Amino acid sequence: MTNSRLEKKELVEKIRQYRIDIIEMLHRAGSGHPGGSLSAIDLIASLYHYEMQHRPNEPLWPGRDRFVLSKGHGVPAQYAVMAGMGYFPKEELKQLRQINARLQGHPSDQFLPGIEASTGSLGMGLSFAMGCALSAKLQGESQRVYCLMGDGEIQEGQVWEAALSAPKFKLDNLVAIIDYNKGQIDGPTNEVMNLEPLMDKWRAFNWHCIAIDGHNLDQIEQAFQEARLTQSKPTLILAHTVKGKGVSFMEGVIDWHGAAPNADETAKALQELKG
Amino acid sequence: MSLTMFASTGKPTASRASFGKALLEIADQFPQMVVVDADLSKSTKTIDFQKQHPHRHIQLGIQEGNMVTMAAGMASMGQIPFIASFGCFLIGRFEQIRMSIGYSNANVKLVGTHVGIGIGPDGYSQMALEDISCLRTLANITIIQPGDHRETVQAVRWAAEHNGPVYLRLTRQNLPQFHSDDYQFQIGKADVIKSGKDVAILATGGTIEPAMAAVALLAERGIDAELVNFHSIRPLDEDYLVSASARFGHLVTVEDHSIFGGLGGAVAEVLCEKAPAKLLRLGMQTYGESGEPEDLYQKYGFTGEAIAAKTATLLGK
Ligand SMILES: Cc1ncc(C[n+]2csc(CCOP(=O)(O)OP(=O)(O)O)c2C)c(N)n1
Repeated sequence: MTNSRLEKKELVEKIRQYRIDIIEMLHRAGSGHPGGSLSAIDLIASLYHYEMQHRPNEPLWPGRDRFVLSKGHGVPAQYAVMAGMGYFPKEELKQLRQINARLQGHPSDQFLPGIEASTGSLGMGLSFAMGCALSAKLQGESQRVYCLMGDGEIQEGQVWEAALSAPKFKLDNLVAIIDYNKGQIDGPTNEVMNLEPLMDKWRAFNWHCIAIDGHNLDQIEQAFQEARLTQSKPTLILAHTVKGKGVSFMEGVIDWHGAAPNADETAKALQELKG
Repeated sequence: MSLTMFASTGKPTASRASFGKALLEIADQFPQMVVVDADLSKSTKTIDFQKQHPHRHIQLGIQEGNMVTMAAGMASMGQIPFIASFGCFLIGRFEQIRMSIGYSNANVKLVGTHVGIGIGPDGYSQMALEDISCLRTLANITIIQPGDHRETVQAVRWAAEHNGPVYLRLTRQNLPQFHSDDYQFQIGKADVIKSGKDVAILATGGTIEPAMAAVALLAERGIDAELVNFHSIRPLDEDYLVSASARFGHLVTVEDHSIFGGLGGAVAEVLCEKAPAKLLRLGMQTYGESGEPEDLYQKYGFTGEAIAAKTATLLGK
């Protein structure tokens, strides 16, 4: 790791702060997506703090591992972590979604160094990540590539084109992660468009598959390690998560997919998170 | 801002909301009509139709490409599918639209909501800014951007009655109402909101409101502008353009969309071939970004002040 390794309990503390940042950011912006930001924060924070090689003070360092947030609406979680690690001043979180801000409502590589791919149109990130992973192989380089997708998102056909292709090129430097929070916009994912049996699908496409609790930091870390040890296959991590995790009244509630908390709700959420 | 020259005829309403209401109104008259969604029924406002006619609503999840071509299959069986998503995600499936809807002249109604920078903070990835340009290349697809509630309701009905592909371009934000109860939507006809003597300002959808403000400001400066609601981008009212060219010699288009191939491009093509005039195309020339809708309209020149100033410059005043 480029960064000195945190103790696990320090990471837990950081993530608690990131959840607070997410709520404050979305409240100030008055719009955005709390549900899918809170379900993904443990995964994203683990990637940045434990797993990936990267340099916050040199975001375009060519040797960096690549992280593609394919479910772009979850970007408040990524911004919180990036600010926490020093990619930009934490003050800047206040500008989320405002005019002329670098912190666009969905990730933009045109606005903020450290964002690898512009996303927000769902279903495209795994193809981009696959392109990065394939290039690293062609160049004989050792960068690893991580792509985080939503469970609703993987209803897009392009995801399955990438899923079919990555094993052909033996991209063992590619890790796809599904934030399996069981909800999308129009309802529970498996009512809107059933995905199950989901592990079987990826297995049938020749991915190395690991199912974990996406809020358990030990399991997350072990899964990343297992992916590193896996040869000649890409890895799929199916992370079972809870939409809105950490804020009791948001947990599992579809309506918190894309609604910002008002002042009262923010106070309540912060009270819970600050404990 | 003096808007008093344009009387309000009702509560400001987003055209996507008017669309949702219109679907309910026409549901019984068109039993073959079905509504298809890709996980955005709350945003496209098809949700009430879904509740009242669950057997005629199809939820596909997040798969717009599948939705477009599936709808063509349904149309071939005699259904009238209205397929709804954000305009950018529909147009993103251009190959499917080109082959399944355009080339096959399928009786599918594409409904693109959340168009333009008027959507605000979500930013560029959710903004349809190139949809008109793309669809204008497919010669048989009717393109309608209704200007207010009454017009939207009638346009939806027209789309259901019309046998052929139609694109409805609808806003997230509220639009002021300016049509009275007896208004009759006419496809392919320029809708003159206010006649004038010096210049024609052609607006569509979300830019009608700032264009109204511009006309009022121009009046204060002694410039009598004609204000036209161009709800039909195809068919385009060529007769109006030819006559406006002769009457004013100066035209301005204003659209919350790229000027490259949008309303501005469409008008430029007709004027160049049939009736050359001085034309100023106002609209987007870059990608959009996040921000509050008002801030974005300010930054990108969709304000009465900016439109009036540029129009006056065009006239050399
Ligand atoms: C191509 C495309 N279609 C539709 C949308 C609108 N949209 C934004 S988020 C979302 C639901 C995403 O659900 P999921 O992937 O499960 O995300 P999560 O629950 O993790 O937030 C939809 C339909 C989009 N951004 N892109």
